[in-house]
Amino acid sequence: MDNIENVQKYVRRYLTVFGALAVLTVITVGASFLQVGIITAITIAMIIAATKGSLVVGVFMHLITEKKLVFIVLSLTLFLFLVLMFITLFTFGNQVGIHVS
Amino acid sequence: MMQIPYTVEARPDTGLHNAKIGIWLFLASEVMLFGGFFSAYVLLRTGAVVWPEGSSILNVPIGTLNTLILITSSVTMVLSWAALKMNDLSKFRMYMFLTFFLGLLFLVVKLVFEYTPKFEHHLYPSKSTFLAIYFTMTGLHALHVLGGVIVNIYFWGPGRKLWEINPERFTNRVEVAGLYWHFVDLIWIFLFPVLYLL
Repeated sequence: MDNIENVQKYVRRYLTVFGALAVLTVITVGASFLQVGIITAITIAMIIAATKGSLVVGVFMHLITEKKLVFIVLSLTLFLFLVLMFITLFTFGNQVGIHVS
Repeated sequence: MMQIPYTVEARPDTGLHNAKIGIWLFLASEVMLFGGFFSAYVLLRTGAVVWPEGSSILNVPIGTLNTLILITSSVTMVLSWAALKMNDLSKFRMYMFLTFFLGLLFLVVKLVFEYTPKFEHHLYPSKSTFLAIYFTMTGLHALHVLGGVIVNIYFWGPGRKLWEINPERFTNRVEVAGLYWHFVDLIWIFLFPVLYLL
């Protein structure tokens, strides 16, 4: 991204992504009014949030043109983040304190 | 005087200037910080006998407005960096002003239209588990917004003097500040549906 023409091209892309993020925000709120089960609602909300997040990280944060080392750092982070999120599943097997009659 | 190495040119081994790799490592630690709170949220919610719908307690239109404010500030931030790439300092100042103004607006909306009415109705963090995790997560996020606003005001004001001496280094600084600001936006993109809509 060195010359001015390239930057101008990227500016148009930023504005397109901005429009997409605004539309997706409205869709997120609209989807919350759907009469669906909680699992479906969570799935829809997370798919939209992940799409918005990908646009921000990929385009605004220039990840799509970033060097390999950044991807290595982020891959490790993503793995540890997922461990953190799913570690709570172990609590489902925890029966301590629950009295079975 | 000895110069700090690799502030503009890329390090041969990483292919990046030092500030760039530094901010990505910092953001990785931030993912884990917020990840801990999201994990706590999942644990509390799945373990709760009853969990309120966010929209029954929180103000969804105000939350939506704040989402749009933060998204707009993200685009003005990246446009301020693009203006520097096009050697246009006055445009940079305009976009950077809009960025920190929108950041401040986000905080004002949060404080005046969300936190204050909650406190007036005696809805404190101690009232319920939902309110405890809501205030903790949005409060931590608001502190991050405040930090970003302070840094952006610095680059808009006194920090821009570096542009006269070393424009490329200043542009890199703004890009790094931008990466942080977009991350703050990214966190809100997930916080909003999780707390307000589900």
